[in-house]
Amino acid sequence: MSRVEVRKTHKLYIGGAFPRSESGRTYEAVDAKGRFLANMAKASRKDGRDAVLAARKAFGGWSTRTPYNRGQILYRIAEVMEGRRDQLTTQLREAEGLSPKRTEAVVDAAVDRVVWYAGWADKYAQVLGNANPVSGPFFNLSSPEPTGVVAIVAPQGGGAGPRAADGQGPLLGLVSTVLPAITTGNTVVVVASEAHPIPAVTLAEIMATSDLPSGVVNLLTGSSAEIAPWLATHSDVNGLDLTGVDDPELARTLESDGAENLKRVRRPSDEDWLREPTLSRLEQWVETKTVWHPIGV
Amino acid sequence: MASATQSLRRTLEGLPGVDAVGVEARAAGLGTRSIKTTSKQWAIDLAISMVDLTTLEGADTPGKVRALSSKALRPDPTDSTCPPVAAVCVYPDMVSTVREVVGDRLHVAAVATAFPSGRAALDVKLADTQDAVEAGADEVDMVIDRGAFLRGDYTRVHDEIVAVKEACGDAHLKVILETGELQTYDNVRRASWLAMDAGADFIKTSTGKIQPAATLPVTLVMLEAVRDYRIATGRQVGVKPAGGIRTSKDAIKYLVTINETCGDDWLSPDWFRFGASSLLNDLLLQRQKMITGHYSGPDYVTLD
Repeated sequence: MSRVEVRKTHKLYIGGAFPRSESGRTYEAVDAKGRFLANMAKASRKDGRDAVLAARKAFGGWSTRTPYNRGQILYRIAEVMEGRRDQLTTQLREAEGLSPKRTEAVVDAAVDRVVWYAGWADKYAQVLGNANPVSGPFFNLSSPEPTGVVAIVAPQGGGAGPRAADGQGPLLGLVSTVLPAITTGNTVVVVASEAHPIPAVTLAEIMATSDLPSGVVNLLTGSSAEIAPWLATHSDVNGLDLTGVDDPELARTLESDGAENLKRVRRPSDEDWLREPTLSRLEQWVETKTVWHPIGV
Repeated sequence: MASATQSLRRTLEGLPGVDAVGVEARAAGLGTRSIKTTSKQWAIDLAISMVDLTTLEGADTPGKVRALSSKALRPDPTDSTCPPVAAVCVYPDMVSTVREVVGDRLHVAAVATAFPSGRAALDVKLADTQDAVEAGADEVDMVIDRGAFLRGDYTRVHDEIVAVKEACGDAHLKVILETGELQTYDNVRRASWLAMDAGADFIKTSTGKIQPAATLPVTLVMLEAVRDYRIATGRQVGVKPAGGIRTSKDAIKYLVTINETCGDDWLSPDWFRFGASSLLNDLLLQRQKMITGHYSGPDYVTLD
């Protein structure tokens, strides 16, 4: 007797749970040749709102963990990714239609990127912070503090953008935008690649089983053009990463919407994610707190 | 005397039983109504005007109570079209502090009669009530003696309410049934009837100190009781669910339930109140969202 195929329902990742879209909508994810792969949940603005609520709720706990502990948890994500590399490789290859060798290189780079940021978790403060010399009997210390809730439009991959063919967007681009934000203690709402969201959902499952507290990362699949404006105008979002917005007109609107409550905005960029990263993304999502402390008291 | 006791018992135990499954299904059904756009705006403003803004903590300070009273007068300082809440609800010793801030513009409610357990001698409860009224409270929230009610001593509960009502003078009396401790919907219906019969101006679900506090099915049973009581006697009694109502969505479900159960005679702050603290912030956030068209956040309402 032939076995009945067990088909997977891909869902959103909000507050540590995997709900369907509040709207009940779905859309089809297709492979590189346009063939049907799976039905994805199509997030609505209300899913975005719920995700921001979950991220805000998680912020207090995550941002006050010791940097060392955050690093340990991020490293755990890399460990679990390593354990599921076959799944990630298969999904990425189906989505982007790359050669096996090329796909493996991208998955390797994604795992290594997580390890790279995990290592920085208890070190970035030494580099981005400072003991400032002042002309008085004070210690003057600048230290980087997390910005808050960061909304990210992850790199799209697939048919869009000049780097469409390199297959980096759906996984490597995603970890390269999400990890720097959570390393410094922010919590995020990320809109995954619209065309190739399946590796992102797998990454969400990895995060759900890596001791990452619920709500630190919330992942939405669906149309970024539909959800991003609600995140850009949301008064409880403190940072906006537009890296994956391919439409310059939309990016401009989102940036000016974000100005309403003085969000920190990172403009769209077209990066080669395989290159060694810099501290720029870590620095993007921190605020500098400066304290004066009297000497000799 | 014995015959009065028996007649009270006969009335209460002769009330028809509540169909528990039916009432829960009905409440769940009413909770699915979709209220949008201008209706939602109207409902949010009505819900704000029905809030009894409450702080009943051992750690209440005059400063905190003053801040809360100012918020009650002007819930959204950035928007003058936002209505004030109905009342501020505090412990008796904080009543004068509230009065200093709100003057005659709002009602001031005080919880009395050995709140929240209600376990004290009658003269202590009466003194507590008189204190609150003398300090300027025009609404008194009393708790019933659940122990007496559950052991079937309805007369004691009845006489206590009558005595407290007398001590209240002109102040409105809200009787807290503490439905979380009454075990069954039948008991909720009996206790509602008992309280109304003894002269309550309002019946209130809970103290907020016991879980479960207010639920939609319990409130539905109480709304049916006040509706039936008015049909039977011609006297209208208000309802106040308290505790556990935190979101605008919940509040709107209650408004739908009132409208469908009692009609719009009860859709007014004079006849329906929400005992709540965090609900007001969510109502304000929803109100801001309706007006500005984008989501607001907790940075834009007060922490209290």
